[in-house]
Amino acid sequence: MQFGIFSVGDVTTDPTTGHTPTEGERIKAILTIAQKAEEVGLDVFATGEHHNPPFVPSSPTTMLGYLAAKTQRLILSTATTLITTNDPVKIAEDFAMLQHIADGRMDLMLGRGNTGPVYPWFGQDIRNGIPLAIENYALLHRLWRERVVDWKGKFRTPLQSYTSTPAPLDGVPPFVWHGSIRSPEIAEQAAYYGDGFFANHIFWPKEHTQRMVDLYRQRFAHYGHGSPEQAIVGLGGQVFMRRNSQDAVREFRPYFDNAPVYGHGPSLEEFTSQTPLTVGSPQQVIDRTLSFREYVGDYQRQLFLLDHAGLPLKTVLEQLDLLGEEVVPVLRKEFAARRKPGVPDAPTHAARKAVAAAAQPETGR
Amino acid sequence: MSARTVAVVSAGLSVPSSTRLLADQLAAATVEQLAQQGTDTAVRVIEVRDLGHDLVNNLLAGFPSAQLSEAIEAVTGADALIAVTPIFSGSYNGLFKSFFDVLPRDAMADLPVLIAATGGTARHSLALEYAVRPLFAYLRAPVVPTAVFAAAEDWGGDEQESTLRTRINRAAAELAEEIRRREPRKPAGPFALSRSFEELLGGE
Repeated sequence: MQFGIFSVGDVTTDPTTGHTPTEGERIKAILTIAQKAEEVGLDVFATGEHHNPPFVPSSPTTMLGYLAAKTQRLILSTATTLITTNDPVKIAEDFAMLQHIADGRMDLMLGRGNTGPVYPWFGQDIRNGIPLAIENYALLHRLWRERVVDWKGKFRTPLQSYTSTPAPLDGVPPFVWHGSIRSPEIAEQAAYYGDGFFANHIFWPKEHTQRMVDLYRQRFAHYGHGSPEQAIVGLGGQVFMRRNSQDAVREFRPYFDNAPVYGHGPSLEEFTSQTPLTVGSPQQVIDRTLSFREYVGDYQRQLFLLDHAGLPLKTVLEQLDLLGEEVVPVLRKEFAARRKPGVPDAPTHAARKAVAAAAQPETGR
Repeated sequence: MSARTVAVVSAGLSVPSSTRLLADQLAAATVEQLAQQGTDTAVRVIEVRDLGHDLVNNLLAGFPSAQLSEAIEAVTGADALIAVTPIFSGSYNGLFKSFFDVLPRDAMADLPVLIAATGGTARHSLALEYAVRPLFAYLRAPVVPTAVFAAAEDWGGDEQESTLRTRINRAAAELAEEIRRREPRKPAGPFALSRSFEELLGGE
């Protein structure tokens, strides 16, 4: 099982000091946080993609390419890459390039985005969100698997004899997660291709995530990729920790109360009881996280949201220390002990390369 | 006897409220109409006031609490809805609108609705026609022709016998007929797909 963090990349005023980082400070902070994730023993760093303030990460592969050079083990990923408004041809090229630069230490999560005007800014119509996600991914999927592609669809100019460069490293397409909060079509899409499904998880009650993951698992089996338990599932999570749980609640409350996403709405207590948000001691985070598998089954990747809502860099780095030193080692051990036989490992380039080589020894590009 | 369910959404703010009083009379008249046809009816009343904080939280955080979720499912899974609001500033009140703002898309489609309102004087009665009826038209819910407005004066004297009572009974009969014409309602699963993935891939 893989553990990591995902960053939305918001520039938010710290409500306790009134300090607002510059875009440059925030970008450098994200890079520091990602490198710290490797240092404390986490497996994955994923960045969001946004095209409107107050979010800074508009160019994920630039950021991840830098991190590829600065890290040794960390898997570099996205949360999410916009499959709706990006050209699928450019996604194929950018991420294949990243795959080569990172020696395979990467994958990506596709999503539709959450900001209406991004569609018209990039020449699309939000009412086509699902059809765009489906058509664009169908093309992306072919570009990473066929050397020469002839293609015609509704949304993009046709392709004649197109070859996406570079070809995927070792002939193994980057692993794809399909991320969704509430669209069953996306769970269906992940199941159809036998790709991973990542449930955002953090903004909804667990019953919602449970139903969505169950749908994906059933459809994964329906399309012949294996049993429902063999489907590849990732979950989001959101935590704030101090050794003493009352200190965690006291310190996090002003950030929660003023957070752009849920501030001025539910109380911290309501939100922690209704969603996976856990504010407390490392042991509370361990217990809550272990409970996720009780409603989604054994899963492959757990990403935590730590850097948001104006939390200062120093605080986020302290959170990473706690996560890496006290939480994740216990989670690795406990999840492994509970895991049912036959559940696949989290996807890595090396493992997928070995499977591809065993299946098709003669092929290669 | 076959069993049907009628949901009642009452958006009165005071306790007790004349809005709830009107809602209860409409529900009782509808149950009576269906009973005459041999249909047993369960009534589920939702006081929107009790969900006030949960509604604002849903609007701001994007998901319903367990209590609100249960109320939403009670409405969208019922065979008919009786929706009653006090008239504020020429329209339904904000709490009433908030309840319908957080419903899942298409959840009200083909759900028969009886609309009713209360207000200080009969001068507000047309708010039912220019504000409340279009709301349900947008939600694609068929609204019965008779809308019931109760002004303060309707609760006194002979007036209730002669006009309010008549309108309540007429509206209830219209709603009962809409229920009778339909099969018992089965709410769609939250993640039901209407098209196969092959159809989606084909751009249908």
